[in-house]
Amino acid sequence: MATKRNAIGVLMGVELILTAATLNFVAFSRYTPLGIDGQVMALFVIVLAAAEAAVALAITLNFYNNHLTIDVDRADELKG
Amino acid sequence: MTTFLFWLFALAACGGALAVVIEKNVVRMAFWLIVSLASVAGLFFLLGADFVGATQLLIYVGGTIVLLIFGVMLTATGPLSRTMTVTRGEHVLAGVIGVSLLCVFGVSVLAVDWEEVEGGELGVEERYADGGTTRPLGLKLIGIDGEKLRSEVGGRRSEASLDARLSTRKSTGYLLPFEIASVHLLVVLIGAAYLARAKRRPHERNRH
Repeated sequence: MATKRNAIGVLMGVELILTAATLNFVAFSRYTPLGIDGQVMALFVIVLAAAEAAVALAITLNFYNNHLTIDVDRADELKG
Repeated sequence: MTTFLFWLFALAACGGALAVVIEKNVVRMAFWLIVSLASVAGLFFLLGADFVGATQLLIYVGGTIVLLIFGVMLTATGPLSRTMTVTRGEHVLAGVIGVSLLCVFGVSVLAVDWEEVEGGELGVEERYADGGTTRPLGLKLIGIDGEKLRSEVGGRRSEASLDARLSTRKSTGYLLPFEIASVHLLVVLIGAAYLARAKRRPHERNRH
């Protein structure tokens, strides 16, 4: 089941993992002496995730323009 | 009420995340990702992190998901739910990596003395339990330690010693990371526009 060869599906998985980390930061800022610093870290994670999604989408579009597919297994031209 | 909302949002977040993984249609995956991320924003509000929750809603649900859906629309290639062949070796490799990662995370979670963390000298953070985090966050980002400022001005007497202990921490603001994030966003803007710019003639070659 859980086999995502679609580049956009891979991106969504990355977003989920980053959101999990953000949730941990906010929970630590509430329940441990970390304080407001945890929320600052959560903000940075959100901003960097947005930037990462933008660049990854641009790369995906470029790959689609060249290969007419976004199957990540087709990006094997750099294989040694 | 709070407990009910917590379980509602937590179940929606986990169920949405599972659905993202299980679903095969990319557009439906995007929908379940919206459900999951919006529920996480609700959890942020429950934790008193109102600014982070609003940011989560605006940037993730409002921005990133729209970007992903645009990506899906611009790269639609026939049947999106094409099943891929996975060899047995890949299954074994993925299982080994997943189980070892689970072991690492489990060991690290169990190795933490949570009693000590929770009952530390500062105790549970109750100051921002009801929200109102926008001003402290902004002060942190421009490099001013709001806690130290408040203790100098003189807050409530009961929190004076707490603030004094807080101000002795090596807690500087986040001015430099803020600047780095700004420059990073500019670089990302330029880079994404360069990578995804419209070609004069799209290459028609298909090597495989």
